[in-house]
Amino acid sequence: MLRKSHKRRAAHQPPHAVVFAALGDKTRLALVERLSGGRSASILELTADAPITRQAVTKHLRVLEDAGIVRSKRAGRETRFALHLAPLHGLQVYLDRVGRQWDETLGRLKAFVEE
Amino acid sequence: MAEIKIEKRIEIDAPVARVWRALTDYREFGEWFRVALEAPFVPGKTARGRILHPGYEHVVWEAVIQKMEPERLFSFSWHPYAVDPKTDYSKEAPTLVEFRLEKTAAGTLLTLVESGFENLPAHRRDEALRMNDGGWTQQVKNIERHVAEKP
Repeated sequence: MLRKSHKRRAAHQPPHAVVFAALGDKTRLALVERLSGGRSASILELTADAPITRQAVTKHLRVLEDAGIVRSKRAGRETRFALHLAPLHGLQVYLDRVGRQWDETLGRLKAFVEE
Repeated sequence: MAEIKIEKRIEIDAPVARVWRALTDYREFGEWFRVALEAPFVPGKTARGRILHPGYEHVVWEAVIQKMEPERLFSFSWHPYAVDPKTDYSKEAPTLVEFRLEKTAAGTLLTLVESGFENLPAHRRDEALRMNDGGWTQQVKNIERHVAEKP
């Protein structure tokens, strides 16, 4: 099976890997979900919901920020964090493409077996 | 870890035993997967073959066979991006591909799951950590700027 459209990207490291890895953690997924309402939140607000320390939330937010999924902004004395959707959409497009490749491949299997 | 995966289901009008053979006989697998395999599948061993897609004949397809539970589960791990002969994919974290078979009234239900997209190999993890101020975040900004300048 081939993923032709990614031929060129394969030479570089696909940034998808970084975004996928950032999402591959339950705490970080929970933070993304918490921010998915569209409203920004401070570390204090994010920690209030989570059964983990402020320090841990800060560390996870940093990973999400490095992957471009979350952005921070100073607002007075506090830092507010908001979701940045572009990398997430990129992942969706990638997974849809891989999924379509599987549709084709499985279609060939079905035709091969049923013929 | 939270799992990022792709799941597909397809019903095939043939007995489970027939589908199992198409999946696990290396010659039959090669027919529909379009790869010229050299030897039978053996769990724990690497399966190798030339890709038969026009334009990709120079590329060698590789997968490590994981499980072969007769008429139930066939799985292998591979590198889903591995089409660039100049890149060494052996250090990258592979994804896991699982084919599960179930008997139905019409024949066989095949469920495919590809998982492990969130597994980042060690060197990429380092790379990701170096991206604090540059790298991917910067790239997103560049794209945004480009879009803003050329609406």
